[in-house]
Amino acid sequence: MRQVFARPESLKDVQTHFCPGCNHGSIHRLVAEAMDEFGIRGETIGVASVGCSVFLYNYFDVDVIEAPHGRAPAVATGAKRARPDRIVFTYQGDGDLAAIGTSEIIHAANRGEAITVIFVNNTTYGMTGGQMAPTTMVGQKTSTSPSGRNQAKDGYPIRMAELLAQLEGVGFSARVAVNNPKNVIQAKRMIKTAFRYQVENKGFSFIEALAACPTNWGMNPLAANERVGDEMIPYFPLGVYRNTANL
Amino acid sequence: MSEKLFVKGNEAVAMAAIEAGCRYYFGYPITPQSDIPEYLSRGLPGLGGEFIQAESEIAAINMLLGASATGVRCMTSSSGPGISLKQEGISYMAGSELPGVIVDIMRAGPGLGGIDASQADYFQATRGGGHGGYRIIVLAPASVQEMYDLTMLAFDLSDIYRMPAMVLADSVIGQMKESVTANPRPATALPDKDWVVRGRGEGQPQRVVKSLYLGDGEMEAFHWKMHARYQELADRECRWEDLETGDADLIVTAFGSTARIARTAVAMAREAGMKVGLMRPITLFPFPKQAYAEFSRRCKRFLVIELSTGQMVDDVRLSVARDAEVDFYGRPPGAGSLPTPEELFGQIRKVYP
Repeated sequence: MRQVFARPESLKDVQTHFCPGCNHGSIHRLVAEAMDEFGIRGETIGVASVGCSVFLYNYFDVDVIEAPHGRAPAVATGAKRARPDRIVFTYQGDGDLAAIGTSEIIHAANRGEAITVIFVNNTTYGMTGGQMAPTTMVGQKTSTSPSGRNQAKDGYPIRMAELLAQLEGVGFSARVAVNNPKNVIQAKRMIKTAFRYQVENKGFSFIEALAACPTNWGMNPLAANERVGDEMIPYFPLGVYRNTANL
Repeated sequence: MSEKLFVKGNEAVAMAAIEAGCRYYFGYPITPQSDIPEYLSRGLPGLGGEFIQAESEIAAINMLLGASATGVRCMTSSSGPGISLKQEGISYMAGSELPGVIVDIMRAGPGLGGIDASQADYFQATRGGGHGGYRIIVLAPASVQEMYDLTMLAFDLSDIYRMPAMVLADSVIGQMKESVTANPRPATALPDKDWVVRGRGEGQPQRVVKSLYLGDGEMEAFHWKMHARYQELADRECRWEDLETGDADLIVTAFGSTARIARTAVAMAREAGMKVGLMRPITLFPFPKQAYAEFSRRCKRFLVIELSTGQMVDDVRLSVARDAEVDFYGRPPGAGSLPTPEELFGQIRKVYP
């Protein structure tokens, strides 16, 4: 018999705290598969952020530093400069990276820090209970935008993958989704490319992964998955926005 | 033989950091401490180190956190407004038991304040400064030589006790030039950093540097562990300088640049036949409570002098015997607020028993 599916070695054999239908699990898996395929588990330092992704160290079998809210790119900068021979990645949500940590991500990217950033965009603050995020869609109801996000006073959802692609320091910037098998396969390829940038020392790499948050969207997992395709992808188009080394 | 140099206090801090083995500096420009990043931006790259001018004080302290988590000696420096911004990161470093040196060349505040010498950040430094209930080591140099020596000590204490250490000086000490003996790094016995993240390696257990404790009783246990460590610090590491306290009927007490002015005033008092001594705490946390308690068994009158409306005076009052009287003379920070020796001598006359 041939084994065709197994847990990646870079993931621990534990249950996660993620809600049913949450995409963090899938994205964790793709990141772990990329680490396995490059054989870098033993030399990787993960930087956890604040939000649902804080428990990175419970799921990834790598050394981890826990950063203050939004500061993961600065923490990763310090770690990578001190240990340039290590693979350093951050894993951050949209409130963390695109609101309170905007300054840190922009400047780490602009310095071209040789780190990989995995940015999970689910249009809401998950852990604190579904408040409006910088990526919340116009009209989307959240616990702090009960009548829906109003662009006249709340502004517009930020497109981070495109924004960072404008910076000369960025090597790779792409947006992916994991809402269907085709997109999962594509996401896997992109995440691997992002790590390849670091493994081959080609500069800063950034992945924005669109994700479902059924609990805070008030949807069942299937409907949440459909929302990613129907509402998010038209506003947050998938694709590669910068790829300086053509990897 | 140690070299004798004529340098600014801020430069002495930078030189000592390099001698202490610090190769990573993260900072942001602010007066009156910018000589420190300027010096290290020239010095560190040639030594295989890294100098980063961060986009903000917040980023700088978090770079320090990340570098420290990998086990290297690292430093940041700033002044009032910047130190306020760093408090988030300092709290996380304290919560993660991370060493790291933070230099605060105090300026006047609150708000943008001014660039004149101040001691009004005593509370911010000695009470932890950020959220959650923690302390950091605080050392108060009073000369350029001490800027050098205490910076080096800050690295050692920070590593030994696994907590951030602050060098708390003011713009007078930071900006003035004095001769300095560039002492070599002492051969202090340091604990193994068996907690650093390093990329776990095959077959090695995972290491995590974090401050989140959600398990039943975990956070409480952490607080008591740190409480015990602060007590250990107080038992072993209190440092101060005292002068002519043996027969004193009045002990003048001040730290940093103010202690230098007070020293001259004490000499004037002695010349006038008054039995006056000087007590200068060097460690502000741990505060040398025991030393004050001992002095107050014989001497019942203390005069605290600060460049603020009174902060360290609280610690002095908590340390001395109940029957000792503590007077205070303060010049809150700002242009023209530095007291003269004659002015302090006048205060000594006023309260001398």
